[in-house]
Amino acid sequence: MSAYVRRAWMVAWKDVLSERRSKESLNALVFFSLLLLFVFQFALGPERARVEAALPGLLWLGFILSGLLAFGRTFLVERENDCWEGLVLSPGDKSAIYLGKLAGNVLVMILVEVVLLVLFAVFFGLDFTPVLPALAAVLALGTFGLASVGTLFGAITAQMRARELLFPVLLLPAVVPVLLASVSATQTVLAGEPLADAAAWLKLLAAADLVYLVVGVLTFEFVLEG
Amino acid sequence: MAARALGWLAVLALIAGLGAAFGYAPREAVQGNVQRIMYLHVPAVLTAYLAFALVFLGSVGYLLSRRAGWDRLALAAAEPGVLFTGITIASGSIWGKPTWGTWWTWDARLTSTAVLFLVYVGYLLLRGMVDEPDRRARAAAVVGILGAANIPIVHFSVTWWRALHQPAAILGPGSAPMPLWMKMALAINWLAFTLVFAYFLTRRMEIARLEQEA
Repeated sequence: MSAYVRRAWMVAWKDVLSERRSKESLNALVFFSLLLLFVFQFALGPERARVEAALPGLLWLGFILSGLLAFGRTFLVERENDCWEGLVLSPGDKSAIYLGKLAGNVLVMILVEVVLLVLFAVFFGLDFTPVLPALAAVLALGTFGLASVGTLFGAITAQMRARELLFPVLLLPAVVPVLLASVSATQTVLAGEPLADAAAWLKLLAAADLVYLVVGVLTFEFVLEG
Repeated sequence: MAARALGWLAVLALIAGLGAAFGYAPREAVQGNVQRIMYLHVPAVLTAYLAFALVFLGSVGYLLSRRAGWDRLALAAAEPGVLFTGITIASGSIWGKPTWGTWWTWDARLTSTAVLFLVYVGYLLLRGMVDEPDRRARAAAVVGILGAANIPIVHFSVTWWRALHQPAAILGPGSAPMPLWMKMALAINWLAFTLVFAYFLTRRMEIARLEQEA
């Protein structure tokens, strides 16, 4: 078991390390978030009430669009220098690689989400601090759901032609329940209502996360064969 | 020969279904003749569910055994499944216009059916992107399994999100509030659609087998 966790950790650590040195994805993702903010502002106009009414949807739109870019790249780096073969040849249960990649994706998404929240707070004059703990819980559950399907589908499409097109076409309908539940729960939280009012949505998110995780762990070795 | 017999049986059942829907079943009191769309709408969606269940079965079967036959089952079920889901959405839309006053509404069951449609269109697109049979079968199987596991989650999420469509009369709890003649006409059409699906399935599997041998 500990060897299993260590293998997952090593995959995640390797990705974090290479990202820290190359800063390839994160810089672009943060910049992309900023651009999204401009697009939202242009789409909604200067009226504050409209921004606030649309805020839960806008936030998750921002997260899923950044996620589409981040998850799609997860396994692309492994195609260079025959790294993919290295993963295939690595000993032990292959699902550890999935969990490692998933952990890396969740980490990247959390960073992007924090940046996006700060940008929203600054540019739209919003204050998230009173609802931050509840919001964090919703973000964590929602992000995990997006990332668990995103990581799996990212691995599937990495070796395919037209993957930039295929990946969102596969991922978006699959994560509809995660988006619906996350947006609804975020709406409750941002309205200042207690987290318990969104309990049904949080349970649904938790159940969805669990189902996606189980499917991902069980099927990943078939995906990795390439 | 057996496949051809199945095809003719499906044709006969369809003719019987048309007779039952337009002849045997009397006009519905409130909605009038428009209600007869039900004899197309409900069998289509039930057949689509059967098809996606077979996609799931074929996907799991392939990953466990690596036999190409399971993959052919998943493929041959997915194509008519998408077709029948499309028929469900189109017929529901035509039914909705005179009864609800709109072609489309973001009601729970409409939305979840649309999501189902998109998931399996994606599944077929994915299959079209890979040429190597084993790689295609493995990738498709994973998407097929996740798609099927997702169906109840999509269902619950969308139900809680929105709730205009009448509750499910056939697969829902309790007995359907329908007179016997209506149930009979529906049952005949359901049987007819299942036979048509079975015919499509066997022919498509046969074509896929010939393609792989070629």
